[in-house]
Amino acid sequence: MISIRLNEKKNSRQPDEMFPDLPDELFEKLDETQKGENEQIVRPSVSYWRDAWSRFRKDRLAMIGLCFLVVMGIAAIFGPMFSSYTYDGQDLSNGNQPPSAEHWFGTDKFGRDIFVRTLYGARISLLIGFVAAAINMVIGIIYGGISGYFGGRVDMVMMRIVDIMIGIPDLLYIILVMMFLGNSIESILIALCLTSWIGTARIVRSQVVTLKHQEYALAARCIGSSNLRILFKHLIPNSIGPIIVTVTFLVPSAIFSEAFLSFLGIGIQVPIASWGTLVNDAIPTLFTHPYQMLFPALMISFTMFALNFIGDGLRDALDPRLRK
Amino acid sequence: MVGYIVKRIVAGFLTLFVLITVTFFLMHAIPGGPFSPAEERKVPKAVLERIEDKYGLNDPLPVQYLNYLKNLAKGDLGDSFKQLDVSVNELIEQGFPVSAKVGMIAIIVALVVGIPLGITSATKRGRWPDWISMIIATVGISVPNFVLSVLMLFFFAVWLKMLPTFGLTTWQHYILPVAGLSFTPIAYIARLMRSSMLEVMRQDYIRTARAKGVHEMKVIYKHALKNAIIPIVTYLGPLVAALLTGSFVIERIYSIPGIGRYFVTGISDRDYSVVLGLTVFFGAFIIVCNLIVDILYAVIDRRVKMDK
Repeated sequence: MISIRLNEKKNSRQPDEMFPDLPDELFEKLDETQKGENEQIVRPSVSYWRDAWSRFRKDRLAMIGLCFLVVMGIAAIFGPMFSSYTYDGQDLSNGNQPPSAEHWFGTDKFGRDIFVRTLYGARISLLIGFVAAAINMVIGIIYGGISGYFGGRVDMVMMRIVDIMIGIPDLLYIILVMMFLGNSIESILIALCLTSWIGTARIVRSQVVTLKHQEYALAARCIGSSNLRILFKHLIPNSIGPIIVTVTFLVPSAIFSEAFLSFLGIGIQVPIASWGTLVNDAIPTLFTHPYQMLFPALMISFTMFALNFIGDGLRDALDPRLRK
Repeated sequence: MVGYIVKRIVAGFLTLFVLITVTFFLMHAIPGGPFSPAEERKVPKAVLERIEDKYGLNDPLPVQYLNYLKNLAKGDLGDSFKQLDVSVNELIEQGFPVSAKVGMIAIIVALVVGIPLGITSATKRGRWPDWISMIIATVGISVPNFVLSVLMLFFFAVWLKMLPTFGLTTWQHYILPVAGLSFTPIAYIARLMRSSMLEVMRQDYIRTARAKGVHEMKVIYKHALKNAIIPIVTYLGPLVAALLTGSFVIERIYSIPGIGRYFVTGISDRDYSVVLGLTVFFGAFIIVCNLIVDILYAVIDRRVKMDK
């Protein structure tokens, strides 16, 4: 039995016209009530973001990471306000106290509360991580977008510059720039933003190169959109998935670089705390008061775990082609 | 092929030149020279000028730059400003063999541990060996090397008293620094190896080999490994860079008299000529390593687009 569903509105031809050889009794007339049911789209249309979110939500590790990061962020912003201690308040009579109800993570040799200092360090580290990633994203999108969209000689020159910059080991001249600018949060941000946009720029460029010949870009050009409008209204939004994935991984690497610099003594200056300086400060007392090292070290590690898990989850959710 | 190699070499030289130039002018733009009187001791102005004359610091900047390039071409990286009678070349001669030895061991350990870890993970996908090696990889990527090193130092040397804490005299001294240095690379290699192995194991020729009745171990280690290992070659360049920057913290934590430690003390002493010289040295080293790896990669994998 052959059954053919007829859409009467679109196809007005009779079955005999379409299949003149087939006898009429082979056809089954479609039940009108049944048709309505079958043709109806049951699931609401799912937008890109909703689809990505539903995939991200299923990734248990990524969700744990996200929760940890949110709790950490809230604690970092509001935590220090509710504590009676400050990050630089010294109390020499209470130096090197082990963890207690009074001082949750203990105190350092100046009697500063390590819990508050760790929270304060979280502020600095998260701030640096996210601001550096955001700046890198902007620079990378502009540079990669222009290079990929205009192509030809522009692309050649811009990519050769990238080739040269990528060859220089970044930590080396982050260190140089830090020595030049002095130790402050701003100079760390500037130093971190000098080269880490290169990865983003490359991703954006390769996306734009493949997308710029798509029909919608052509259509936009036909109705007279300017180059910049096509680039930033059409091409970039369509490649936002891979961009976000790349930028997500910039956050932990920025936090790592800051901690690394502070650990070497050229990052954040005392008495301001960052996770790197806290670990560094605790080295001399490692043998006698190991807890001073333990908590900041755990905090860095957990945050890096969380960010890497979120990055992996976002990659799977936003850019399924990259899944490994 | 030859064209590609020439192009890469030219790019490498350009990179090196940019690095030297940027480093030189940055170092000289830093406010307060190495003998600036704002530091702990007051030096009479006349003495200061004599010292600055001796080091050529009063010449116009382009002249200093040309002099520096000239000396560099002769292989002379200059003298330390802070340590008497020590040239940067001498620091490198003393420190580099030490760092290179630790670094070479770390590279070997990273490859010997990382590659099998990735292979096991790929061939036992979804089962417990996969889980364990991916946990190791995640820890290695997430936990910064200085945190890991300090924790290991505390655990093995202070708490368990199993291993020595500093110096490099016996073989036991090498265990902690090498572990600290190679942990992150192991994680990267394991991840890279896993994904490339999974990719290769899907290929037709692997199915053919299995269909022929080749033993599974032989399929994995003879047929698959040859192709799966190619991405690892590309990682060797960044690996050298990672070990070099890693050596800054490792040599500091374990008090190893290597070149990384001189760099860090150079930074904290504001010994500009040492920092400048070592940066140029590190940069040249990494650029040359990347160049070799790129060429090697092109030779091994003919699929690489030469006209890139």
